[in-house]
Amino acid sequence: MTGKRFKTIAFDGLLKNNPTLRLVLGTCPTLALSTAAFNGIGMGLAVTFILICSNVLISLLRKTIPNAVRIPAFVIIIATFVTIVRMVLDKFIPSLYDSMGVYLPLIVVNCIILGRAESFASKNKVLDSACDGLFTGLGFTCALTLIGAVREILGAGAIFGYTLWDFKIEFFTSSAGAFFVYGLAIAIFNAVYSRIENIRRSKTFDLRIMPKPDVSAPDNLDPEASETAQANTTADVAAKEVK
Amino acid sequence: MGTFFTILIIAVFVNNFVVVQFLGICPFLGVSKKTNNALGMGIAVTLVMTITCLITYPIYEYILTPLGLEYLEIIVFIFVIAALVQMIERAIKKFSPALYQAMGIYLPLITTNCAVLGVAELVIDKAQMMSLLGITSMNLGVAVLYGLFAGVGFTVSIVIMSGLREKIDHLKMPGPMKGFPITMMAACFMAMGFYVFNMIG
Repeated sequence: MTGKRFKTIAFDGLLKNNPTLRLVLGTCPTLALSTAAFNGIGMGLAVTFILICSNVLISLLRKTIPNAVRIPAFVIIIATFVTIVRMVLDKFIPSLYDSMGVYLPLIVVNCIILGRAESFASKNKVLDSACDGLFTGLGFTCALTLIGAVREILGAGAIFGYTLWDFKIEFFTSSAGAFFVYGLAIAIFNAVYSRIENIRRSKTFDLRIMPKPDVSAPDNLDPEASETAQANTTADVAAKEVK
Repeated sequence: MGTFFTILIIAVFVNNFVVVQFLGICPFLGVSKKTNNALGMGIAVTLVMTITCLITYPIYEYILTPLGLEYLEIIVFIFVIAALVQMIERAIKKFSPALYQAMGIYLPLITTNCAVLGVAELVIDKAQMMSLLGITSMNLGVAVLYGLFAGVGFTVSIVIMSGLREKIDHLKMPGPMKGFPITMMAACFMAMGFYVFNMIG
């Protein structure tokens, strides 16, 4: 795998196709387990581990699994890893196991994992798939931890279990607060992301049209006229770009 | 009779599957653009949830537990649900083509709906169910009723949501708020409404 490919996969998983904030997949655990930052990390890492394992196994078996029964095969593979994670958590981190409750077995039907298996792991090489699993999982973990931290600070006046101050807005720990914070997080992330995309795009097209005025400069001796011409071409390109 | 109403109130309103327990959010956001579609989806989910409880509860109680195979529950349940959805689809296609026209397209989506696997996992957690419903013993009847009313709760919330969205789509709003964020905000107000039912009992 080349460095460029690695970069693309990392950028896609963390930002461009962030499963929680851009694609809005796996919403149930996001809403239910973001009451505290630590729950978010626990859920995120559990999903990341399962995602890497299932992606690797599915990628290894991608030529063996018949196309007609691929979905049941994927689900069984994922269910096996979820069972393993569940047993390990039950044994070693019982507090996290209790706080995750019914959402731990529900990782089986989490659309992120099945989605990556279907759209990436069943078509790509093992190493690529493992990377994709890692970065998609990390994107999920970051988003969950961020939402969890906001809700914990505002709703319980604490962060990672440490009390910060004695000021609480119970709304943020309730189910209504989950929808509110998650909705705002998607809106803010999309706004910032599209702004950055616009800046990046305008930079690249500046480079593309910059030589143009130089070429037309000899025809236009009046500097003011050339400036308006340049502005017009910029506007034209911008309009095309928008279309 | 008292138990019946307790299950009804708790499953439909107090512990609503969608807005309180966050199960089945994907169809709640994805299939709630039109009220007709939402109703079809809700009825299909209710049907599958009821039959799932009817089958998975005895499997866990009388097959997995005596054999000491509780750890296989996830794999067995997801298999049962997938097979069940296929069978229901075939049966409806055979016996009522009109009904199949109306809700056939939603059935394949239900296999990976967390509400269905969620209800199967919830009803086998006896201690939690007994404390939730305030009853002393858990049996198949309670499990099936809980599945049925949890499905009704899902239908109620998805239909309300579709009604809200039909209005929301025509409003003016800032660009980034369009789509999922404004739907989440609407869900937020719905959740506040359902929060009031906590005062019951």
